[in-house]
Amino acid sequence: MAILEAENICKTFGRTDVLKSIDLSLEKGQVLSVIGSSGSGKTTLLRCLNFLERPDKGVIRVNGETLFDAEDPSGLSEAAIRRKRLHFGLVFQSFNLFPQYTAMENVMLARKLLAAEQPDFKTRKKEILGEIEEQAKKLLDQMGLTNRRDNYPHQLSGGQCQRVAIARALALQPDILCFDEPTSALDPELTGEVLKVIKELADQNMTMIIVTHEMSFARDVADHVIFMDDGVIVEQGDPREVFGSPKEERTRQFLLRY
Amino acid sequence: MSLILEQMPVVIGALNTGFLQTLKLFLVTLLGAFPLGLVIAFGSMSAFRPLSLVTKLVVWVVRGTPLMIQLLIIYYFPGLVLDNPIWGGGEAGRFLAASTAFIINYACYFSEIYRGGIQGVPAGQEEAGLVLGMTKSQIFWRVKLLQMIKRIVPPMSNEIITLVKDTALARIIALQEIIFAGQSFLKGSHGISGAIWPLFFTAFYYLVFNGVLTLLLGQLEKKLDYFR
Ligand SMILES: Nc1ncnc2c1ncn2[C@@H]1O[C@H](COP(=O)(O)OP(=O)(O)OP(=O)(O)O)[C@@H](O)[C@H]1O
Ligand SMILES: [Mg+2]
Repeated sequence: MAILEAENICKTFGRTDVLKSIDLSLEKGQVLSVIGSSGSGKTTLLRCLNFLERPDKGVIRVNGETLFDAEDPSGLSEAAIRRKRLHFGLVFQSFNLFPQYTAMENVMLARKLLAAEQPDFKTRKKEILGEIEEQAKKLLDQMGLTNRRDNYPHQLSGGQCQRVAIARALALQPDILCFDEPTSALDPELTGEVLKVIKELADQNMTMIIVTHEMSFARDVADHVIFMDDGVIVEQGDPREVFGSPKEERTRQFLLRY
Repeated sequence: MSLILEQMPVVIGALNTGFLQTLKLFLVTLLGAFPLGLVIAFGSMSAFRPLSLVTKLVVWVVRGTPLMIQLLIIYYFPGLVLDNPIWGGGEAGRFLAASTAFIINYACYFSEIYRGGIQGVPAGQEEAGLVLGMTKSQIFWRVKLLQMIKRIVPPMSNEIITLVKDTALARIIALQEIIFAGQSFLKGSHGISGAIWPLFFTAFYYLVFNGVLTLLLGQLEKKLDYFR
């Protein structure tokens, strides 16, 4: 069964139809790459999945559970949305790390706040906080940031910041981790280190949706590629086919630019 | 010289009394303008257009006219035009009127500083918090507040230093603050007249006061220097 199913996602800003009936589904452990020119709606799609935007139409299901149904606006209180969006993680183009916290604190903050709401938090406080710290250390190790735990974001390079942001998203153990052009804000020589950790996550079967302009990376890491243009999915399929022999003229034109 | 030494205790005593009034006006202004400024800031950021427009208009008028005029109008208007001298007579009444004018004036300046601080935190901070399952209030207290304070402290420090010197304007409605006290020895007071040196002493009081404040505020800024 698909871990994620999105059906007929539509989103309009003012008079612009930004998403026009997007359907997608994703198997557990798969990596989906989304490519497309600027303004085609890629970011908006990720924002809809993460409940930062509310689609005007459509249904979003994770593990068979309906998280969002535009026809049925019940269960969209702030508290309910909060719980639902934990199925997803989102890594931003501009990192959005919390500047007043160290790398470790950035990774731990949200989990600590969630843990404090558990009924057994008072009695097991030490143990729980210990676990959270252990997990954060492990994640930063995994990101190659063992020596950077106590640095503040402004003391880190863009590539290091983005890796902290990835660790921060992983700390909440999302079912599906979304990336919105994770290397677009980086100097070219720093993109490699970020793409490398994403590749490692793919090898560990993390389910991911990656919006990217790095075509060779998309081709290399994705199990499935979607090409979007003007709010619709123009073409999708196996990366070898979409990149190697695109069927649609629009896809061909787009790929020519890379 | 020996005459100055003789007069010194009298002058210092008078200056201290005046300085106390200056200090009181300074503190009362801050105490009132800090919260009122926040209220005005929220008013000007309100999604309810009429409220935000009216608030912005008031701020524009207050910031666009001299505090001295505002002082005079606030002090004299109730008695002369409304026939209702709400401030009462004497030094207490003048202090009340001066505080009111200063609080309103400074609250308008502060509101713009608050607004800059609040709106200066990038939207990505809130979105990052939301995506991590934080509530709006957790995001405010744990993520945004300190970033706002960091943005607010430097311009606020400038305003606070300016306020120290602005308190002298209250002299226009004869509030007996420190300049009033220092100047009195020119015309004659406590049997001393034609003495200019008390004014130098008065200036010294301001320098010390501002020096201390600059140091304290600088320390606060430094405390927030650990992040960017
Ligand atoms: N909050 C908003 N209000 C109005 N229009 C918006 C808003 N957000 C996005 N849009 C519009 O929606 C369209 C799609 O934007 P989106 O950011 O999803 O594109 P994108 O594919 O991510 O582009 P890019 O590659 O430049 O990041 C654009 O035309 C954009 O101007
Ligand atoms: Mg985008």
